[in-house]
Parts: sequence; C-alpha cells; structure tokens
Amino acid sequence: MDENDKIVEEAEAAASQAEDSKSLYEAKLQFLGREGKVTALMKRMKEIAQELRPAFGKQVNALRAKLEALFSEHETRMKELELQKKLSAEQVDVTMPGRRHRAGTLHPVTRVKNELIDIFAGMGFEVFEGPEIENDYYNFTALNTPADHPARDMQDTFYLTDEFLLRTQTSAGQIRLMEKKKPPIKMLSPGRVFRSDDDATHSPMFHQMEGLVVDRGITLCDLQGMLDKFAKSMFSETSKTRLRPSYFPFTEPSVEVDVSCHACGGKGCSLCKGTGWIEVLGAGMVNRHVLENCGVDPDEYTGFAFGMGIERIAMLKYGINNIKLLTENDVRFLEQFKE
Amino acid sequence: MKVPFSWLKEYVDIDISAEELQEKLFSCGFEVEELLYLGEGVDKVVVGRILSCDKHPDADRLTVCRVDCGSYGEKQIVTAATNVFAGAVVPVALDGSTVRHEGGVQKIKTGKLRGVTSEGMFCSGEELGINDDFYEGAEFNGILILDENTNTGCDIKPVVGIDDYIFDIAVTANRPDCQSVLGIAREVAAVLKKTADGKLPAFRTDYTAERTDVRIPVEVRDTKLCPLYVGSYVKDVRIGTSPRWLRRRLALCGMRSVNNVVDITNYVLLEVGQPMHAFDRKFLHGDKIVVRCAEEGEKITTLDEKEFSLHPDNLLICDGERPVALAGVMGGLNSEIKDDTTEVFFEAACFARDSVRKTSRALGQRSDSSARFEKGVYEIFPHMGMTRALHLMQQLGCGTPTTYTTIANCPDLSAYTIPSKTIDTTYEKIDALLGIEVPKEEVNGILRRLGFSVTEKGEAFSATVPLWREDIDGFPDLAEEVIRMYGYEHISPTFLKNATVTMGGLTPAQETELKFKRTLAGEGFMEACNYSFYSLKDYDLLRLPADAPERRTIAILNPISEDLGVMRTILLPSMLQNVVRNVRRGNESGRLFELANVYLAEELPLKELPEERKKAVLALWGEGDFFDLKGAVEAIGAAFGLKLAFARTEKPFLHPGVSAKVLLGEREVGFLGELHPEIAEELALEKKVYVAELDYDGMKKKFKGDISYHNLPKFPDVERDLAVVVDEKVTCGEMTECILRACKAVKGAELFDVYRDRRLGEGKKSMAFRLTFAADENAEKGLSPETVDGYFKKIVGSLNHTLGGELR
Repeated sequence: MDENDKIVEEAEAAASQAEDSKSLYEAKLQFLGREGKVTALMKRMKEIAQELRPAFGKQVNALRAKLEALFSEHETRMKELELQKKLSAEQVDVTMPGRRHRAGTLHPVTRVKNELIDIFAGMGFEVFEGPEIENDYYNFTALNTPADHPARDMQDTFYLTDEFLLRTQTSAGQIRLMEKKKPPIKMLSPGRVFRSDDDATHSPMFHQMEGLVVDRGITLCDLQGMLDKFAKSMFSETSKTRLRPSYFPFTEPSVEVDVSCHACGGKGCSLCKGTGWIEVLGAGMVNRHVLENCGVDPDEYTGFAFGMGIERIAMLKYGINNIKLLTENDVRFLEQFKE
Repeated sequence: MKVPFSWLKEYVDIDISAEELQEKLFSCGFEVEELLYLGEGVDKVVVGRILSCDKHPDADRLTVCRVDCGSYGEKQIVTAATNVFAGAVVPVALDGSTVRHEGGVQKIKTGKLRGVTSEGMFCSGEELGINDDFYEGAEFNGILILDENTNTGCDIKPVVGIDDYIFDIAVTANRPDCQSVLGIAREVAAVLKKTADGKLPAFRTDYTAERTDVRIPVEVRDTKLCPLYVGSYVKDVRIGTSPRWLRRRLALCGMRSVNNVVDITNYVLLEVGQPMHAFDRKFLHGDKIVVRCAEEGEKITTLDEKEFSLHPDNLLICDGERPVALAGVMGGLNSEIKDDTTEVFFEAACFARDSVRKTSRALGQRSDSSARFEKGVYEIFPHMGMTRALHLMQQLGCGTPTTYTTIANCPDLSAYTIPSKTIDTTYEKIDALLGIEVPKEEVNGILRRLGFSVTEKGEAFSATVPLWREDIDGFPDLAEEVIRMYGYEHISPTFLKNATVTMGGLTPAQETELKFKRTLAGEGFMEACNYSFYSLKDYDLLRLPADAPERRTIAILNPISEDLGVMRTILLPSMLQNVVRNVRRGNESGRLFELANVYLAEELPLKELPEERKKAVLALWGEGDFFDLKGAVEAIGAAFGLKLAFARTEKPFLHPGVSAKVLLGEREVGFLGELHPEIAEELALEKKVYVAELDYDGMKKKFKGDISYHNLPKFPDVERDLAVVVDEKVTCGEMTECILRACKAVKGAELFDVYRDRRLGEGKKSMAFRLTFAADENAEKGLSPETVDGYFKKIVGSLNHTLGGELR
C-alpha cells in the first residue's frame, strides 16, 4: 500500500527534522495524535467495503505500530542528544579555585602543650594549673629557695609587692598540688611564667610545662626512662636523652637533659651547633626539703620533677628561629599551624 | 668564671689536652662556655736575633736587617720600626705566618719594600695580642724587644706566654666555691683522679709571722650583715711592681696590675675566691676598725674617686673616725695603698650577699669584689684568702707578716673553729635514689677525691664535708657528687618500675577550654598569644574614664619598661596592637582571638592573691563585618548550649551605633562592636575593625555538659514567609520577640530580608521572616493549613498591635 509507505516516509522525515523533544512530540501528534494521519485513515474505514475492512484495519494497525516504533526510537535518540547537550552546557572549568571556608588555627604553643599533655596523660599524668600571680612562699621558699639563696638570682623576678610576684616557674604548682594530694602523684602543670628578661632568645613571658612524680621507690633511672619516652614521642623514634649535672634548688641531684638532635640524628649540624645534642629541659630528684615542706615524708617517698619551656620545644619542633614570632601574632605566621 | 689552663696546671698534674679537659668538666657539671686559645691567629712567628741593620738604599725611613732565625736560617727583613738594632732579639713573622691585626688576623708573605726583598716582618706586642703584663715592653710603640737570652728559632708563643688557654666556665649558683681557680682545680683534680683526698699540695698558705705589738681591733656592730671579719697586720711593706708571672695571671683574667700589695689582693680574689682589701695602716685613724651601717646622707669617696651619699642599708667599714670602705664593694680613697705605704692592714670578710647586692645596685657601683660576694662566700674562704695573701707577701718579699691576725667579735682566737658537717647515711640510700648500684669503693673514692673524709661502717658510712662545700647537706647531695663523678652514662633508663598505676588526662575544665578554642578556630579565628602586661596608656587609648573599673590594675614594681608596666584587666589593648601590627605588615584581613587571664585585685596594693579571670577577646578586620563577628559569638553560644542575647550598648571604645552587650540571662558577659572610628584613626587603621570580649569564666558555669537527646518530631514542620512593613526604628530583636510571644507553635523566626523603598513610605522598611511552625510534641496529627493560617493571622495582629507593623 503506497499511501502507508508514504506516511511512514513522511513520519521519518518529520521525526528526523525535529530539533528537540517538543518538536518531536508535535510531529508525533501529526501522525499518531487524535487529529493525526492514522486517525484520519481509520475514519476512512466506513468508506471501505465491508469485506475489505478487516484487511484495511490490519494495515492501519500495522502502520500505527510502525510509526510508534519509529517515534519511540527517535525519542530515545532525542533524549540522549538532549542529555549530551545539557551536560556539555553545564561543563565547568575544574581548574578554577575551590571555594573554601577558611578555618582558624590554634597557637603553636597551644598545639605543643596539647601534644605534651597527650604524651604524659598516656603515662598517667593528670593536669594541674596553679595561679600565675604567686606569693613568695610558693614560688621560692617552699621550693627550697629562701630569701638569701643564690638561686634567686638565676631567675629575674617581676615583683608586684614584697610578697607577691609573677611566678617564675610552674614548679610553684608542685607545692600547691602536694598540699592537697598525697602520693602517688603524677602531675603535669602547664602555664605562663614570667622573667624580667627581654632579648633575642628570651621573652619576659613564656610557657612552661612542669612534671612531677612522687611515689615509693622512684629513681633517677625512672626519670631518664620517662624522658626517653617523651623524646621519642615528641621528636623522633630514634631520639635519645643524655643527662648531665646541673643545679636547681628544688631538686637534688639536678640534671640538664639533652635530646639527640632530631635534625641531624646526632651527627652534628647547625641546629645543635655541631654537638649532636640539644638542651631541652631541666630535671632532677625532688629535694627532700621540698617534700618536707609539703608534708610528704622524704624517707618513705621519692620523686622526680622536670620542667621545660613550651616555646623552646615548639621552636625546635617547627624550626621557628625567633621567639618573638610567638607573641607577634602575625596571621601569616599563625595560619601555618593548621590542624 | 675565667680560668687559665696554665694556672690550673700549677695545682693539678693535667696530662690531657684543653679540649679533653673541657669534656671532662662538662661531664661533671661545669660547662665551658668558651675555650679561648691565646695564641689564636699567631702562627709561624719565631724568635730571631738581628745580625745587622743597614739603611734601605731608596727609602730613608726603612731599615734592612739580616736576622738569624735559628733553625729557620738567616732572613732579610725590611722594617720601618726605629727601635731595632744589631744584637736585638725580636719576634719574626716568617713567610706564610699570621699575626693579629686590628681585631683580625693578617697573613705575612715575602715581598719587596721599595725594591728590597723582605722575608717577613718583625712584630710588636700588639701583633702578638699581648700587653706589658705578659711581657715587658709589649706596649711599646715599636718592635717588641725580647730578652737577649731567648733562644733563636723558638716559637714565639711560649716565650711571650700566649701558648695557653682560657676556660670560661659557667658555674651553677650552688657552687660559689668554684668561682675561683682553686675551686676549679679541686674539681679537675677529682675528676682526673689526681688527688686521693681533695688536697692540692702545691697550693701553699704557710708563712712565718714576726711578733708585733700593733693592735687594730675590729668591732662588727651587725653580725648578720658581716658574719665574719678577719684582719691581719703586715709590717715592713715595700710597694713595688709585681713579678711577671703574677702580673700575667691577672692579665689572663682581665685585670690590670697596680702594685704588689693591691695585686696580691686581686690575685687572692681570683685564686681563692675571697675578696680582700688592703688598708694603709697610717690612714686608719684610731687604729681600729668598726663595721656598721651608714647614717642617712653619710658620704664616702671610693678608690675610683666617685663620691656616694649613703643610706642606712649600706654597710661601711670605718676606722676610729670615718668610713674607709664600702663593705664588699670598694675601698675608700682615704686609706688606699700608696707608693710610700709601709704598713698594711688586710681585710678578708664575709658580707651578707643581699646586703652587698642591694648596696651595689642602689649606688650603681659594681666591682669584682661585689660580684663575688653576691654569689656567696663561705666561712672558710676569709681564712684561706688571708693566709694565702700573707704567704704571697712573704714569698714576693713585699712585706713581713706579723702575729697580729684578728677575728672580729672573737676574744679567744685559739678557741675558734669552723664547725664541720658530717652526714651519716648508707650506700643503699645513695643507690636507691640513683636507681643503680655504685660499688662502695667508687663511692668512697669519689667522695674522698672531692675532699670528704669517709668512714665506712658496714653498710653505712659517714662523710665529713669539706669546709668549702657548705652546699652539701644531705645524702641526696652525696648521691649527686657520686653520680656526676661516676658518670651519668651509668644511669640505665627504666620506666617507673616501682610506681603505682595512675589515671591521667585533662580535667573537664581544661577540655572545655580547648573546645572553646577549637570552636573559634572553626569560625576562622587564629589563636594569638600576648604578654600578660601592657601599658597604663592603653586605658587612655580606649578612652576609659578615670573611674573605670578596668583602671584598677596591678602594677609591676620592676617592669621591663613602662609599656609593659601593669597587669592586664582587659584583653582588648593587646589585641588591638596585634591588629595594628598585622595591618602595618600588609595583612589586609584577618581574624584573631586570645583566651587568657586578666588580673583583678580586691585591694591595692595587693593583700592577697588577686582573682585571675579567664576572658576571650576576638578581632576581625578587612573581610567581614559586625555580623560575622556576632556569628562567631553565636557559634560559642551554640557550642556550649548558651542562650545568648544581644542588646545595644555604649562603650567608650566602640562605635556608638555598632556596639552590643552580650547577655546571658540577666548577666552581661561581654561586648562586641566596631572599634570607635576615632581610635581606629589614631591607630592608623583605615579599614573597620570589629572586636569582642567575652567573660569566659562568667559564662563557664552555664556551659551545657553532656548532650541530652530530644525526640524527633512526628510531623514535619511547616514554613511560612512573612513580610511586614515597620518603622525604621523597630529592631529585628523586637519583632522576633513579638512573633515568638504571639504564638507558641512558632519554633523559629528567622530574618531573611530587609527591604527599603520609597513606595513603602518615608522612614519605613519591610522585614521578611521565615517562620517555622511545629506541632506540639504530643499532638495526634500534624498542623493543618487552616491552623497555620490562624497562627499567622494572630502573629500579624500582634505585630500590628505592638509595633505598628503592616502586612506587606
């Protein structure tokens, strides 16, 4: 039937020309819609002889099926095409910068303080904070440094009155804790301390972390063992410690603790001034007088204490070369200490 | 503490190099801060004898010399010096040598001077780095002429005494006994095991005393300030120049030679660590010494011809009539040793260290003597110093020691002794503290080498402390002596093998603080750290009135500077400085915070410890505005479950239109706002700066602890938008409050748009809110549109009634 073939041809042409889903749909209606050509053919049924009607009907149905398949195919094609168009229209320049929420930072001293607390908390230390303004007794006398003691010269003190001063060390916290708590004690006391010193390597205010262990049978070997663990956690797995004699009024024996240089592994470099060792902290066995001052029996208990400058650790750890950077609060400096 | 290697060698047989000794000293607690080689920069300079001197053919000022340099052969040296002559023995810097030159090092090479070859150079004392105290004539402006018996071809360094080292040693505060050559020598002898009993036989204090009838009694009025005063009379004094070896030693330690008697006092100071003073007896009126405090306004002129007006804190040495010395600091001009002095009264005393320090600081008069007293002088030292001085007087032949040696306030000298301390302890106690077992023989040997006398009693022992070790007072001190000599390398690390297991960690308060900081960091703020002190002027900058509570501040008595003179009562000023510094350095924008204590005194001057109150300060500049800062404050509120409210406020340092107080219930817990434009201008801040301060400790009590879960709503919330036209003066806060009050079902009312247009009317604005309605938690069904319509109408009515708002 030529006419039907012609309709199929026409439909093919119309569908192919359609530019989008909408025109394709309109084209479809022209053939398959209520007013479409197939419906028009069906309407001609009554003009056809009775006996020819079944065959005619069959042919029209076949045409309808053919057209439906034809349009369905085009619809699938069109959908695909349109998706492609949409995707390509939505393309972005992936090399453009990302949009970010600028997070703030914690001060390097806070970071190191937290890290130190983590290390020592894992060893069973609890944190205790004493006041920054102290009286003479807690800062000096109770720590075995009476008024005329030569050690008072070691730390230039800021005085507020004859009696009150800015604490020169967090060791003052030792006394306050031991007055309240009896051994076993494992205490960590971080905080601000003050010395009237102001030059390239000294700041009138800095932070210290004091550690104190008091229990039965504590020895100098335990002190070094603990500091070994600290050095390994803080600096590097291969860090070692070295003790050498020193003097603090509140410890006896007193030691300076050097840690093997983490920059050169102990071979000697500019950081450690060629010695392979870096002076990191002061420590010692708690002086018997200090224990007595706190009502702890020095014949029953012994202990060790250590104190380190948090700024110093931070400078070593992050390679900061000037202590002033830590109180200048330049945002270009601070933003380097992101979480 | 400067110690010459050669001086140490007089007392200890040192058979290791200076560098090795440095290591040894380090290991036993004496850090050598600098090891200085005196011959540094002087190389290939030898002794030569001038054979002939001839005029240079082409230069009148130059002389051509033939010089016999021993094994180096005969050399030709051209010199401009005028003091050379045939037969003179001189230092010759050979080809390829180096000498000192203007603080650096100069290389000497063979060269031609006006056409005549010179194979080196003659040296002056300066080019060898020495003065007259090292070698006679070293300060002469010309070539150094050496002793004619000096062997030619020798290295010059030993000849002029620069083949030597100076150890600059850091001595810890507990070891004033080591502030001397002798003290260090004792340590060196012990660490090198060159003594068995701590004695240094080469150190001699013996002398022969001649009888005398002279009496110069000493009366000390305040024995606290002067616990010991030893005096001694020396007759037949002949003032002159000290021998070379003594002058050289003084010079090595940075002291100039004056005359034999004064040199001996200085020598004893360096060697024994005892400051000494010598008075010319004929100027001691009344032949007596009185040690007393000065009267107010009393005057003294010290040896350096400075006059001081004194205060009763200053201790004086007086004769029968007048002050003759400022105790422990400096002698008086009126009794100084002169060339015609024939009788000397020596003083060796102990003065209280803080008394000397106070006087020295108050008068701004420091001396080697005062520095030494400030470190502390033990009772044995005046005796040791005095006998050493008398020994030297005799040895050098500059005076005759007499039988008259007196000790103040001590009528019977024969009964005088210095009590010695004995410590009874056990080897086990020493080991228990150290955590290792040190062999008994080691303990005994070490202590004995350090001068202790040790008596072993089975497992126990007693150790008598040498008199120069007043710092030792218990077995832990002995343990320290043992381990520093035995070696810290013997300590083997253990990990609390006997200790009880304990729980560790942060307290809840510290955890909260950290959370607070992290919350602000999450809002883009960087943590700052500032000094706890600032300047009084900061209060003026903030325009704080004279009676502002912030001005009740604790002052530091001895601040670094006025700018760091008072303790903070408010954190804002330091933060403003941070902002200024950042902006000046070109950091256009930023966000900073600090969480730190302010110090609030109950009473001034302080009678008790002040309150240390934790506060937080925030600042934001460049990017963002008031509402960004407010958002950060709200984030704190959200993080800690605080219902913060904000109300307009005025602070002298904030923009009056852009400032709010932060309320927690009724309580004001902070402020935020724009820095007052006037202050911004004063600080040259062109962009707006927003600041906030929060009373952390004030809010802390209300911080929500654990999270408690709320059931999820059964029915979804319903949202409606509402735009109302109100007068310009109506605030968002008032409207929100009105909405929330009008209808219980409103869970939230969030402003999302403010619109102004002439068509709305003059002085009007449209405020658009997104309202969220929620069904009651126990309701059976969700909110119907009709119910919500009803709520909506009610709200509109209330807004109209209360604030005159019209639905737009």
